[in-house]
Amino acid sequence: MPEGQFREGIAGGRLSADQYADNFSDLHPPLDHHEALVESDRCYFCYDAPCMNACPTSIDIPLFIRQISTGNPIGSAKTIFDQNILGGMCARVCPTETLCEEVCVREVAEGKPVQIGRLQRYATDVAMGENKQFYPRAEPTGKTVAVVGAGPAGLAAAHRLARHGHDVTILEARAKAGGLNEYGIAAYKSVDDFAQAEVDYVTAIGGIDIQNGKALGRDYQLSDLIRNYDAVFLGMGLGGVNALRADGEDADGVINAVEFIAELRQASDLSGLPVGRRVVVIGGGMTAIDAAVQSKLLGAEEVTICYRRGQEHMNASEFEQDLAAANGVSIRHWLQPKRVIAESGKVTAVELEYTALNGDRLAGTGETLTLVADQVFKAIGQSFVPAALNGSGASIDLEAGRIKVDSEGRTSLAKVWAGGDCIFGGDDLTVSAVAQGRDAAESINRALTSNGRA
Amino acid sequence: MADIRNNFVGIKSPNPFWLASAPPTDKAYNVIRAFKAGWGGVVWKTLGEEGPPVVNVNGPRYGAIWGADRRLLGLNNIELITDRDLQVNLREIKQVKKDWPDRAIVVSLMVPCVEEAWKAILPVVEETEADGIELNFGCPHGMSERGMGAAVGQVPEYIEMVVRWCKQNTRMPVITKLTPNITDVRKPARAAHAGGTDAVSLINTINSITGVDLDSFAPQPTIDGKGSHGGYCGPAVKPIAMNMVAEIARDPETQGLPISGIGGITTWRDAAEFMALGAGNVQVCTAAMTYGFKIVQEMIAGLENWMDEKGHASLDDIVGRATPNVTDWQYLNLNYVAKAHIDQDACIKCGRCHIACEDTSHQAITSMVDGVRHFEVIEAECVGCNLCVNVCPVENCITMEPLAAGVMDQRTGRPVSPVYANWTTHPNNPMAKVAAE
Repeated sequence: MPEGQFREGIAGGRLSADQYADNFSDLHPPLDHHEALVESDRCYFCYDAPCMNACPTSIDIPLFIRQISTGNPIGSAKTIFDQNILGGMCARVCPTETLCEEVCVREVAEGKPVQIGRLQRYATDVAMGENKQFYPRAEPTGKTVAVVGAGPAGLAAAHRLARHGHDVTILEARAKAGGLNEYGIAAYKSVDDFAQAEVDYVTAIGGIDIQNGKALGRDYQLSDLIRNYDAVFLGMGLGGVNALRADGEDADGVINAVEFIAELRQASDLSGLPVGRRVVVIGGGMTAIDAAVQSKLLGAEEVTICYRRGQEHMNASEFEQDLAAANGVSIRHWLQPKRVIAESGKVTAVELEYTALNGDRLAGTGETLTLVADQVFKAIGQSFVPAALNGSGASIDLEAGRIKVDSEGRTSLAKVWAGGDCIFGGDDLTVSAVAQGRDAAESINRALTSNGRA
Repeated sequence: MADIRNNFVGIKSPNPFWLASAPPTDKAYNVIRAFKAGWGGVVWKTLGEEGPPVVNVNGPRYGAIWGADRRLLGLNNIELITDRDLQVNLREIKQVKKDWPDRAIVVSLMVPCVEEAWKAILPVVEETEADGIELNFGCPHGMSERGMGAAVGQVPEYIEMVVRWCKQNTRMPVITKLTPNITDVRKPARAAHAGGTDAVSLINTINSITGVDLDSFAPQPTIDGKGSHGGYCGPAVKPIAMNMVAEIARDPETQGLPISGIGGITTWRDAAEFMALGAGNVQVCTAAMTYGFKIVQEMIAGLENWMDEKGHASLDDIVGRATPNVTDWQYLNLNYVAKAHIDQDACIKCGRCHIACEDTSHQAITSMVDGVRHFEVIEAECVGCNLCVNVCPVENCITMEPLAAGVMDQRTGRPVSPVYANWTTHPNNPMAKVAAE
């Protein structure tokens, strides 16, 4: 019976222990001291720097890089954390190739941007390694704020609120804090349990109480929070996964990519994590790439991403697409799932239909393709599940299925703010969630303290 | 093929690249390696008088400053003259000269400022068959505290006196090495000339402290918690050295006095620049100490290639060619008008030109035009200062474009005059000389 990569079905233990370790090591290893100096010297210290304007949290990138180059990584880290307290994780997971590094003048000039992400990691690693805390809390205000969700938006909001002297309670449905940083990112982007280390670093400011296993709508209601706290911040992310809308998608072996990614992140022994021999991933975003690449790294023989539109429409950045290709994932375009084929309830193949754009409308051409598969990942997006919000009291206004907020993060309900993926305009980026959490916290602070004065 | 053979005050070498008196020329082993690598000549590291040799510190002798990727830009040293026995040095010099007759060997000397001391050392050096001597009046540290080196070089009368002693007591050509640690380098050069020197060489190193240890608050290099100023050299000193070479080359009193150029020469281009300013050959130290002797191969090939490209047949065609173009500020043409021009295709939009001009100069470069990030020179404000060119990270992106005569200068509202006119006749100059009626 064939073993390893060639074993039929969904199975673990496809690789040796060394291979697992190697496959899931740091995607971008940290810069050492000298590398950081050399790289920082490449920065031109641009005026009104494009990188800074491209950063959703508006980190003063030229300044923090200059601080690295002058041997002041601690000062550099403070420049980063001033704008983005989750700067350590953002340094690892930001798609810098479509943000700061895309607009770096060196990218424009020579196709080789300053490695801003890796420099940011260098500085934040130094500060976090020393557990250097930059922000003393203001005098206690006696105000309390409930934060729903301990993901990037919630943590950023909580930290900023704690700085202002408010007491924060974070209610988190899952067993660990961190949100998608803990459960949703490819393992090779956040090694050594960094997400938890960062949660510890952020909460070390004090005044932040994280309560795990507390789900909105199940363990408490929004109306409870409004009643019991001075303000509420909603940062619960997206709870739902879009369906394939293909026949037979409830067959065994058809799995939500986000669950697979979460399971992988939580696995203590990767060899125990089963993966198919032939894997098909449906979708074209970062989640699709993360699921596909990690399937390959777990030892799947054949991994195919099928996306219903063209390469240029994919949400996954070019870098991510290249990463997939480099890991042996094949990406096929203009294919939409039509039918999951199963035998004895287990998936054996996916039938896909070719698509074409008819004007602006995407339509199937009628031509089909069947790919043999023993595992299928659904990665066609997540959706906000508003049901949990509506257990009692007034319902909150939505826009395009997500929470509607104004420019400060205020929802339609008094005392309630929101940010991160759950709001309309959320863009699935950690860094944007941090910006929204931070800015909502400032808005909350203004509201609680009559414009900043307690 | 360009002929780069060098004849400097009668001393012949296959190329104009000599190693300066310094650690690389302290003993036969190094000098032989240098000759094998292709160096045209050496100035043997400074010999002192007979007797127990000097001693050096046993801690760091060098300090440095660096650019990106730790590229060495400036080096400082507190090493003294040779700490080897005089007789050993003399024996080695003699042997090496015998084995390498086509290479130049000049012997650097530093003995106390009394005639007997010079009279004693000159014949023993002559006996080695070395090609000449170089008087070390430049060493700024240690020896100067004992009344030698820069202590002599800073007093023109001493220079003239010692040079005269040497000229009277040896048949060998005398090269006088000057210290830059003075206010006007023409004075010591004139003194050496008056004493009858065959040539001057410059610059020796510049008094310097390369750094301060901010934990121990000690200057670097640090010897048991203390530091002493050392001699600074390397690429960082080149502009200072070139000016001094040019000052001597164009001084009417020393015009025509051969100059051996020293100071930060690292590439063929550096050497060509020194020679264009009037140096008959060049001496190199820091570049060799940084990269090893092999660099001379780049220097030789680069110089030859450039001379071939430009049609310069021999070194005589390039030495001193730039000297007539070095002038006093007061003779610069005030009617010459240039404006910065930004090549928009080459511009990478870093904005450094804008912020340099905006914050520190003349507010003559835009940052935004019609809501778009755009850097463009505002000619009505541009004084042609060249700062933007210097801070732009892209070569040739910003250039200074002269305005042709007759073209309107938007800053002054006046057309550019075709006439050369300098400060000496400018109406704003209270000392202006009125042109004769």
